[in-house]
Amino acid sequence: MYPRDYRYTREHEWIKLEGDRATIGITHYAQEQLGDIVFVELPKPGAEFAGMEAFGTVESVKAVSELYSPVSGRVEEVNTSLNENPALLNQEPHGAAWLIKMRIKDPSELNSLLTAEQYEAFLQSGAPDTGAQAES
Amino acid sequence: MTTEIQTTLRKTALHATHRALGARMTSFGGFELPLEYSGIIAEHLAVRTAAGLFDVSHMGQIEIRGREALALVQYVTSNDASRLAIGQAQYTALLYPQGTFADDLVLHKLADDHYFLCVNASNGEKDYDWIRQQNRFAATVENTSDRYTQLAVQGPRAAAILQPLTELDLSALRTYRFSFGKVLGVNCLVARTGYTGEDGFELYCDPAESEKLWNGLLKSGKSEGLLPVGLGARNTLRLEACYPLYGHEIDDTTTVWEARLDWICKLEKGEFIGRDALRAQKEKGLERILVGFEMRDRGIAREDYPVLIGGHVCGRVTSGSLAPWLKKNVGLAYVPVSASAPGTRLAIRIRGSEAPAEIVPTPFYRRAK
Repeated sequence: MYPRDYRYTREHEWIKLEGDRATIGITHYAQEQLGDIVFVELPKPGAEFAGMEAFGTVESVKAVSELYSPVSGRVEEVNTSLNENPALLNQEPHGAAWLIKMRIKDPSELNSLLTAEQYEAFLQSGAPDTGAQAES
Repeated sequence: MTTEIQTTLRKTALHATHRALGARMTSFGGFELPLEYSGIIAEHLAVRTAAGLFDVSHMGQIEIRGREALALVQYVTSNDASRLAIGQAQYTALLYPQGTFADDLVLHKLADDHYFLCVNASNGEKDYDWIRQQNRFAATVENTSDRYTQLAVQGPRAAAILQPLTELDLSALRTYRFSFGKVLGVNCLVARTGYTGEDGFELYCDPAESEKLWNGLLKSGKSEGLLPVGLGARNTLRLEACYPLYGHEIDDTTTVWEARLDWICKLEKGEFIGRDALRAQKEKGLERILVGFEMRDRGIAREDYPVLIGGHVCGRVTSGSLAPWLKKNVGLAYVPVSASAPGTRLAIRIRGSEAPAEIVPTPFYRRAK
């Protein structure tokens, strides 16, 4: 389920590193917890974020959830197809529905993130939190 | 998510059944209830185009009996219960002396000396205590919430699904009428009421029989497109239809006039709690009133987001969501009466940015007759 070459946060983002370029998205678990995703708000290319800084928002019918940058870096590309089709996040969260691509500052920051095995164990341990604010 | 399940939450008789159906659960009104099964949007659309089945057993029931049952009902509620025939239901409200809402409810007249109130889950105990405190009549008040499972079958196919399963003639059961009869062999109070903006029924039965009823309805309705529906779609459906939700559009700070519920307040029916305050507010004129708005750009308004007119905060969103059937982002909010006309431009502050919106006529959705 969770690609072995990605790293994960406890807030349910994934990051895939290729050189100093990283692709960032939300996990299958996150989309499942959110339910039907209907709105995504992403930063503009050029924006810079520190590790675990909020860079955007994803909203389902029921909930608003902040997106956190797993590492520090500068946004190079944004998946604008999600503006038109946010439901893609429910279908392909680990692939076509990536959120942003970043030029990262320090690859060693990834060492503090969870491996796929650790993330799966974290999910099984219960009490995970998508950080979403549920309505009513 | 903030919808953490605590062990202290009450469960409905169908809890295990919902789990087995793969429902994601949430807490609401002190109960652990299904939030969604197949997904809020799919469930919402099923109710608009076919039918949905809801477990709404969290709703509370209060029964008022006795020689002066009507007098007590008239005293504690705002609508005119004297107009009800036996077998008829009425949307009404329980008010405080200040004219604000203790709750909204559906009142059913079972007999001249017996009324059945369906109230909000989170208000059940409070309502029961309040009515008892006000009871200076030859009437008894009983909280019978634990004696009923309440299911709702809602949607254009609801009658077609239910009719083959009951001896009752549903074509003779008009809106806001109810009758007693067997559904799938289970004794039920069947009311043509609901909270979705569609035709539909609410069934009250013994919790011990609820699984038989639920499973039978789900099975029979499948070929008609019936889906189990959770609280998520219940909320989006009622929002499209602009039905108020206690704790959002109405609460102990708002009045029937402000919430545009004038039609459930009959000042001339005789004395009732809140009447004087409401009469005074009507004479003085309102400061704020509930309006519906549509977002004019991207972004979803949510509860408590500030509403701005001309750069100034003038109110708060009471409910806001994507409206799945209308495919628009809509919301309800209290705004100054002077800025409440359809066409008025608003801004909703969403995470620090101001998103344009416009006041529109309500309800957002009205089913074709």
